[in-house]
Amino acid sequence: MSRSRGRFGVHGGQYIPETLMNAVIELEEAYNKYKDDPEFNRELTELFNDYAGRPSRLYYAEKMTKDLGGAKIYLKREDLNHTGAHKINNVLGQALLAKKMGKTRLIAETGAGQHGVATATAAALFGMECVVFMGEEDTKRQALNVYKMRLLGSEVIPVKTGTATLKDAVSEAMREWTNRISDTHYCLGSVMGPHPFPTIVRDFQAVISKEIKQQMLEKEGRLPDVVMACVGGGSNAIGSFYHFIEDEGVELIGCEAAGRGVDTAETAATIATGKLGIFHGMKSYFCQDEYGQIAPVYSISAGLDYPGVGPEHADLYDRGRAKYVPVTDDEAVDAFEYLSRTEGIIPAIESSHAIAHAIKLAPTMDKDKIIVVTVSGRGDKDCAAIARYRGEDISE
Amino acid sequence: MSRISEAFKNGKAFIPFITCGYPSLEATKEIVKSAAANGADLIELGIPFSDPTAEGPVIQEANLVALENGVTTDKIFDMVKELREEVSVPFVFMTYANVVFSYGTERFCQKCQEIGVDGMILPDVPFEEKEDFVPTCDKYDLDFISLIAPTSEDRIAMIAKEAKGFIYIVSSLGVTGVRSEITTDVGALAAKVKENTDVPCAIGFGISKPEQAEKMSQYADGVIVGSAIIKLIGQHKDASATAVGEYVSCMKKAIL
Repeated sequence: MSRSRGRFGVHGGQYIPETLMNAVIELEEAYNKYKDDPEFNRELTELFNDYAGRPSRLYYAEKMTKDLGGAKIYLKREDLNHTGAHKINNVLGQALLAKKMGKTRLIAETGAGQHGVATATAAALFGMECVVFMGEEDTKRQALNVYKMRLLGSEVIPVKTGTATLKDAVSEAMREWTNRISDTHYCLGSVMGPHPFPTIVRDFQAVISKEIKQQMLEKEGRLPDVVMACVGGGSNAIGSFYHFIEDEGVELIGCEAAGRGVDTAETAATIATGKLGIFHGMKSYFCQDEYGQIAPVYSISAGLDYPGVGPEHADLYDRGRAKYVPVTDDEAVDAFEYLSRTEGIIPAIESSHAIAHAIKLAPTMDKDKIIVVTVSGRGDKDCAAIARYRGEDISE
Repeated sequence: MSRISEAFKNGKAFIPFITCGYPSLEATKEIVKSAAANGADLIELGIPFSDPTAEGPVIQEANLVALENGVTTDKIFDMVKELREEVSVPFVFMTYANVVFSYGTERFCQKCQEIGVDGMILPDVPFEEKEDFVPTCDKYDLDFISLIAPTSEDRIAMIAKEAKGFIYIVSSLGVTGVRSEITTDVGALAAKVKENTDVPCAIGFGISKPEQAEKMSQYADGVIVGSAIIKLIGQHKDASATAVGEYVSCMKKAIL
């Protein structure tokens, strides 16, 4: 019998240094103790509702629907959460768990800065010390979020190694965790890394699909035909999919960042271009060369600029339960502008990847069909970068 | 008995770590020969990985430079094959799981046997995941080396009982790199390992000076040095063989 824990099909596991093994075992034990504990869940629900502003709205995008002339489009508004993205769901859960475990310090990686800001926020709320690792390249792309984290009392460490993006921030956070374990919880931001992180993060994000299901039944009296979300590591996507996995009639679509295209080297579309590998604590699909060296991936979106994908997504793909489509920078930027103009909602550039696919898909579907698109975050942070992409230089 | 056990028959073992292809594969060959001639009992050969999460800045940089210079797993196999004709000390590959997995674990292990490599160390494969690799290693007479860390505690017995070749005792928390002081109670850690196995154990992480090596050798059967050697190579570049040879000789004397 295999000793490996936390498998999704062949994916997942715990590929980490021995130094960290007791830390992840301790985390798993604590999580198993608290996940069904009524008091823990009462505290978490209170934080979700009163602090983060849940439940988030399920909004019927009528103008967009009519403009595209096909399936009815609903937007799951995770952008309306406190701190402006779905990341807060996971962070409040993990910070509460860390507090119960007696940890006094949080460390985190961040790409676009949304997870870093959410972690810094929770650390401020819980009175914990916080250190966020962020690729130096990303600190430039997302300067506003760096300022916010510092404002919230966190230390931000720019990571200069490798491609100086999200994967290097994860590596550096893991290195820091092996250095200081006893008082520190690594608040991992996506459904990736070693077990139990993919499960813990998924469970905390599953509130998204739980709400979608309930809200959809209230509004339409039935389940949607399609649920779609953008996928980097995949936390907002798994959160949006989770309670629909057993509902075979609901199609699940993850939108990956294709960067300049899946036929170029400048892409981060893991399922489209990657192969099975072992990295950052998990077995899953990774963009890599023939010798297993991790590829220096690229996307306009700092939050999707990651060479791997969470193990549960890899398994949903293997089983054919979810499908994954690549969306280019150009398509995402068009969608960013389209949603702003059409619905008065400025989506994060990450979420714009999902919007872009909805724009393609909706007109091909009948008017009595329903698509739910998760808007994982708001786009304020991206305005300067998108302006630059369009050749306009604005100062923030 | 594997060839690795021979490494521990010449007093306390001195085990240098060398990143293959840093700064070039030709330089690596000369460095390995010089280390072996000057008293290295076993040599850890690092196959560079793009994202070495268990390494500190010095070895990270060596990995990066080697990869930028176009080093690949196949080129390293060729180099080791040539080295084997001149050097008889045991060789152990140290790399990351994805390098072996992506090459094909079976193909990788077969190749190791063919070129005379005796074991492998994968710092991102703990006890719970080793079944991905151990049966194939066994098939090709490779020892899959187990690591034990200061945080292992109740896991020590379980790991030690299944250990092969030698046990790599990680002296400190954190990543590889030179430390002025090792604060962990390594003596107690090594004693607990020895209660559970007869497999020799060697201590690594943070050791650079002869005094440190001498102290560590009192607790274990060998001492592993990586970053300090990579630093030397960084200073002497393609002419590192002599400097590394002198260093190895000095360290081996300190632990004899």
